[in-house]
Amino acid sequence: MPRMLPDPTFYPSPAMAKEAPREKLAYVTLLTPGQNGRSDALGVVDTDPGSREYGRLVHRLDFPQGGNELHHFGWNACSSHLCGYAPNPHTERRYLIVPGTHSSRIHVVDTKPDPRKPKLIKVIEGEEVAERTGYAFPHTVHCGPDGIYMNALGTPDGDGPGGIFVLDHDTFEVKGAWERDRGPQQLAYDFWWHLGYDTMITSEWGTPNMVKDGVNPNLLLAGEYGHALHIWDLKSRRHLKRLELGEKEQMVLELRPAHNPRRAYGFVGVVLSLEDLSGSIFLWHRKEETGEWEAKKVITIPAEPADPDDLPPALQAFGATPPLITDINLSLDDSTLYVSCWGTGELRQYDVTDPFAPRLTGSVRIGGIVNRTPHSRDPGRPLNGGPQMVEVSRDGQRIYLTNSLYSPWDAQFYPDGIRGWMAKLDATPGGGVTLDPDFFVEIEEGLRPHQVRLQGGDASSDSFCYN
Amino acid sequence: MAFESNFAWAALLFLGAAHGVNPAMGWLFAVSLGLQEERRSAVWRALGPLALGHAAAILAAVAAAVVLGQVFPLSALKGLVAVLLVGFGVAHLTRHRHPGRGGMRVGPRDLTLWSFLTASAHGAGLMALPFFLSAGEAGGAGNPETTGHAAHHATPMAAGMAPEWITGLLGGAMHTGGYLLMTGLLAVAVYEWMGLSLLRRAWINLDLIWSGALVATGVATLLL
Repeated sequence: MPRMLPDPTFYPSPAMAKEAPREKLAYVTLLTPGQNGRSDALGVVDTDPGSREYGRLVHRLDFPQGGNELHHFGWNACSSHLCGYAPNPHTERRYLIVPGTHSSRIHVVDTKPDPRKPKLIKVIEGEEVAERTGYAFPHTVHCGPDGIYMNALGTPDGDGPGGIFVLDHDTFEVKGAWERDRGPQQLAYDFWWHLGYDTMITSEWGTPNMVKDGVNPNLLLAGEYGHALHIWDLKSRRHLKRLELGEKEQMVLELRPAHNPRRAYGFVGVVLSLEDLSGSIFLWHRKEETGEWEAKKVITIPAEPADPDDLPPALQAFGATPPLITDINLSLDDSTLYVSCWGTGELRQYDVTDPFAPRLTGSVRIGGIVNRTPHSRDPGRPLNGGPQMVEVSRDGQRIYLTNSLYSPWDAQFYPDGIRGWMAKLDATPGGGVTLDPDFFVEIEEGLRPHQVRLQGGDASSDSFCYN
Repeated sequence: MAFESNFAWAALLFLGAAHGVNPAMGWLFAVSLGLQEERRSAVWRALGPLALGHAAAILAAVAAAVVLGQVFPLSALKGLVAVLLVGFGVAHLTRHRHPGRGGMRVGPRDLTLWSFLTASAHGAGLMALPFFLSAGEAGGAGNPETTGHAAHHATPMAAGMAPEWITGLLGGAMHTGGYLLMTGLLAVAVYEWMGLSLLRRAWINLDLIWSGALVATGVATLLL
């Protein structure tokens, strides 16, 4: 139903959204690693410190099937609905769009009337997605001013190209593929935009066939995984430029453009460098004078030497743990960047007030391939997995982490089988992060947590048209 | 039965202003361009193209009506307009439509086209037609100053081309004037003083009200 006043969770600018009330609930995808007889689910976690159930999984909405490989998800509507050129402010932020990367199914979950007990109201089958768009293996969801944008890793046969498609934000009808001219783009992973510049950015991982059975060492050593960014005109849907990050850079994943629509820059994480197993963050930016887009490496995180006996077979030959930067997140005020090192089990905090010169301001160790660092709540018990999906609250004060990556890859880096957990960090004013000892959600055996979305919005759910 | 012509003209001015009030019709777009460029002049620069596109949408509807008026009697035309209004209102109630062509890096041509498409998609021209019809009807030969005594025997759409075009142009100018006045006023006031937090508190669902107005006008056109 349309509202009479704008949805109260829509904010014209990131600065206004920063003043939003604190989230009381978090939604987290819970997936079965492959088919294990169980169903995938959406978990509801209480994040209200005043509640007796704080830091607990308070509800689990089971999906009809397992093995969907739930990954990223997002809202049907957000602050971009206030944009002046395509306003839609009276739509509710209400539905979570939850794609399964392996099944290509898209689940639509209604978070009202009881946000603690969401309901599954619609499932779009993968065949329909394929028929309407030519794509399969859906991945990222972003609410755009004029529709729900999603992307897909490839085509139904598992090859490229991967690309973007749009869902109607009222009916969830799958519209066609988005691109009018894709230029040289074949690989896909993430996408986001600079609404203030009518510019779309996309990143590169691999085709479904290159990733769904685990990381392929032959392809990796040959540098076949993605190593570029793509710049697109959001209005004409045409490819504008390919930004090469370097052939040794492998797997260009999460895109975090500045939230302020006047700022034409953003950060992207690169999982691995073939030179030295380091991970890195690149900054892309638009040069004011020429309007040209460029990218440069601004953060390098080195691999940590390790005893081969402590390493999984895939890494033994290297005698080192790569940081494996699998997710990053940027606070709404564009001041703080969080970097997940899933391999070494570290979450890093950087001050990126000057995006060209990030400054390391904090670090927390938890899990990790070698370290297995425990949570402060149970200091005697080693944890596996590492900081992976990272989400930041709108006020920038709380950071939520989960520990699984992608089930075929989990098995290669954590062969003992990931035990799922979700943790929370508190940002210290002036820099630094600490684990909240009272917030540690252990996920039951057979399910693994992936992306977290916070009630009302978070630092990667909304985009803005005003500064 | 006809409206009084003065009422019809005032209604056109008011309708234009009512259109301009809606943030979805352009003033908010103008504000966002000003903020993006950090230049007051960007707000002012947007107003001309927005008004031009709006005027084109109104005139396109009037032109269609004038052409149809050559073929069909006024009563049939009014019936058609009424049915379209009701249908449009109902459709508008259930579905959001974005005509596209929007963005944050737009020139005068983009803005004009955006305004034309947005006004058309909202049924701005259609909504104005009953008032044109009655203004023309009341004016007989198309002179807005004459009062309604000619209304009963002169159907404007059959009375020859030139006066109708004059009525159309004047009416379009009236509507666009109301629109431009309101759009400019709000764009400048919000950009300079009021700020955007206003959107959260005060942006009532004008589309919902507009849908009701479309339906009501359609019904009134049939009955009056």
